[in-house]
Amino acid sequence: MMAKNLYGLKEGEYLKIKEALGREPNETELLLFSVMWSEHCSYKSSRKLLSLFPTTGKYVYRGPGENAGIVDIGSGLGIAFKIESHNHPSAVEPVQGAATGVGGIIRDILAVGARPIASMDCLFFGPPEERRTKFLREGVIRGIGSYGNAVGVPTVGGMTYYDPAYSGNPLVNAMCAGLVELDKVVSATAAKPGNILVLVGSKTGRDGIAGAAFASAELDESVKESKPQVQMGDPFAEKLLIECCLEILDKGLIVSMQDMGAAGITSSSVELAAKAKAGAEIYLDNVPLREEGMKPYEIALSESQERMLLAIDETNFGEVRAIANKWGLECAIIGKIIDEDRYVLTHKGEIVADLSASFLASSPETDWPVHKPDEFGVSYPKVEGAALDRSDPSKVVDFLASLPQFEDKSWIYEQYDHMVQTRTTLGPGNPVAILYIKEADKLIALAAASDPWTCAADPFAGGVETVAMAIRKLAVAGAYPLGMTDCLNFPSPEVPENFWIISEVVKGMALACKELNCPIVSGNVSLYNESHEGAILPTPVVCAVGAFDGMHFLKAKGPELSDRLFLVGKEASLQASAYRRYVEGKISGPADPVNFDDERAFIERAIKTAALKLATCGRCVSLGGLALAAIKMASGSKFGLEIKAGDVRFLFGEGGPRALYSVPEAKTSEFLKVWDGFPVKEIGKAREDKNVRFA
Amino acid sequence: MKVSVVIFPGSNCDRDVKWAFELCCNADAEMIWHAEKSLPSDTDIVVLPGGFSYGDYLRCGAMAAKSPIMKSVAEFAQRGGLVIGICNGFHILTEAKLLPGALLPNASTKFICRSCQIKIERNDTPFTQLYEKNEIVNFPIAHHDGLFYLDDDSLTKLEESGCVVFRYADNPNGSLKAIAGITNKEGNVLGLMPHPERVVHPLLGGEGGVRFFKGLSKWVKEMR
Repeated sequence: MMAKNLYGLKEGEYLKIKEALGREPNETELLLFSVMWSEHCSYKSSRKLLSLFPTTGKYVYRGPGENAGIVDIGSGLGIAFKIESHNHPSAVEPVQGAATGVGGIIRDILAVGARPIASMDCLFFGPPEERRTKFLREGVIRGIGSYGNAVGVPTVGGMTYYDPAYSGNPLVNAMCAGLVELDKVVSATAAKPGNILVLVGSKTGRDGIAGAAFASAELDESVKESKPQVQMGDPFAEKLLIECCLEILDKGLIVSMQDMGAAGITSSSVELAAKAKAGAEIYLDNVPLREEGMKPYEIALSESQERMLLAIDETNFGEVRAIANKWGLECAIIGKIIDEDRYVLTHKGEIVADLSASFLASSPETDWPVHKPDEFGVSYPKVEGAALDRSDPSKVVDFLASLPQFEDKSWIYEQYDHMVQTRTTLGPGNPVAILYIKEADKLIALAAASDPWTCAADPFAGGVETVAMAIRKLAVAGAYPLGMTDCLNFPSPEVPENFWIISEVVKGMALACKELNCPIVSGNVSLYNESHEGAILPTPVVCAVGAFDGMHFLKAKGPELSDRLFLVGKEASLQASAYRRYVEGKISGPADPVNFDDERAFIERAIKTAALKLATCGRCVSLGGLALAAIKMASGSKFGLEIKAGDVRFLFGEGGPRALYSVPEAKTSEFLKVWDGFPVKEIGKAREDKNVRFA
Repeated sequence: MKVSVVIFPGSNCDRDVKWAFELCCNADAEMIWHAEKSLPSDTDIVVLPGGFSYGDYLRCGAMAAKSPIMKSVAEFAQRGGLVIGICNGFHILTEAKLLPGALLPNASTKFICRSCQIKIERNDTPFTQLYEKNEIVNFPIAHHDGLFYLDDDSLTKLEESGCVVFRYADNPNGSLKAIAGITNKEGNVLGLMPHPERVVHPLLGGEGGVRFFKGLSKWVKEMR
């Protein structure tokens, strides 16, 4: 028997479709299923795990299930935010891959009715000395800058991490936050039968049709040749789309809205229909096209950028079209919400697909087998620091500080407009970004975190550490968490050891979110991050949004000359540290046991320290340990630091609730009172020159 | 004081500059769509804001300079009205020939966004009257094309006629004579690459730009 082309669908999935339809699906229908049931669109491997996350809480206005989560910041305003991966496109074509990643997440924020106000980018590359890394990194930075700068959304922070595990498969995770009036929030579930579906934005072309779902499928050769693998970004069109949609929203003309990302028209319209517990008819002939001769499935699945799908009352179309025309954008009625569970595509007078909308939107769950790996950790065969004299801590400090991992990243972020919209109180180059919300006269903080090394060495503890680190960063700056978004980057879930690791990391994250009272409000999963060079490290990335009770925050740099230095927290582990990686060439588990009482005690005291202005500056001890925390604290400052050196664990231990504070002499006793009952150690003082000395 | 802020497709500092005028001098700032044919008749100041008009896909500002509103802006300038072009707005003013010169890609060929030391060359203009002459202020920059260029003769004339109002202390983009902002000969049309509207609040990196806006407000009041 000749094997049928299932376009990446599993045999079992195909049989299920056939049974539900009571007939063979035609090719267009099969393609719709293959995309809608792909890992990328359906989260079929991770859905069960994701259900472990706490998703409700005091400040949560909208949790997962919408285009972006929303937290309530008071004064009738909310912060909508979400993080999303654009790993594979960035590996293929870094400039456009990263640019469209930024564009895509901005539209997710717009889709809930929010004005995008800030972006962050979390990047993971191979070793910086590799030629391929240089090419990818330059392209990704250019892509983020060219898109973010032109669209007028400031890039206020992020991270750039290096490890050989990302050589063949870099990670580009883009986070965006938006400001929304809570009474104007748009829900993806609000469409009603009779609403018309209006496509606003750019014309539709053949770009991006060969998304992840098609990677293994054999498409028509002539199509393949004419079709770029990666979509092209047009930040100008996106800027017009933002202003246009917000103007339509302001006039109260939007019932429901979806951005068009993966799987384009199909994904956005099926989701609108299914979430509204209804169906949809789509008139493919009405879609404004950029190319001639496009097949029905090409129109339905195109991932052309800068398009939004609006559900509106038919009577409002004239007004909506006038606004779109003002902004120079295409605007067409491409379908209708109907009062039955059907999803019907018509093309040139024919029905080309006729399916159940709810069925198309509900892929079967996939439960992969799990197997605990025999050992944990990573070995690094080439280690530059192997020849170092480890008995001299200052030599080790100098060596680590000279690594690209710890260099000043201003050469990257100065290529991004991080000030436009005039909200950036604390921008890139800091552990948290702080935004001034003028409309409410309030500050909010954004903190991103990731610790793939602890996740590799001890997955459960790594999951906890990732979540806790973001919340600690907020706390040291003086903010309490409102909610969090997560991007789960992992290799193939089909390898039982991998799926065990994924499960443990997520369990650790979920428990930390619960224990530290920081619900997950949105997120994204990116699996199959592998190349012929191997698999990536388990890399969950989180970004937490925090709020302040007043207008005061604690900066992370700039000690004053009269300051005394305090280290709060227990001794930290070296197990998955940068020291082990760069000097000893091996990281391994287990990490220190997790203690949430300590975490809570730390968070409470840290917030108090900032609010009572008891320190000049402070920062968490994370990557690179105390040594690098001290160097970063003093960088660009008037004064340096002098620290009584201890052993390597003291200097380079990482993680856990631990922070370095520079405290004015006059505030010392009050500072110690706040930290009473928590390990505190005086470890040095500020010094007159700009150097950091360990003596 | 009535400020008309023109929005071109792709402008992205329009709301920032409106906010700065409102915050610093309680001005009545109105957004004017570029396709309008005329400015509000009570306009005191016209602002062409920063951003990426038409995506900067052609030469920066070239498309916007042909917008319908620009005829009215030119007439307003001819009558002596105050016109300010910031960043992309400066590009538009040079493309519209309301100011001399051109702005080329930065010498580094990279986009640069950072705080920047700017020297006040003249304080006898409507834009700088509240600053000291030769004072150094911090106005941030955020541009890819900010290298001010002019042929030698015209540059000499520009300097001699005192049209250079702002100069970079450290010339981040390779501008000729480190020029950051100029006026026309009459002194009523200003173009500058740095962004005074980004430094008008202590929570936003300082208040170095406040006197720019307050000075304009004072000027307009005194002219009435």
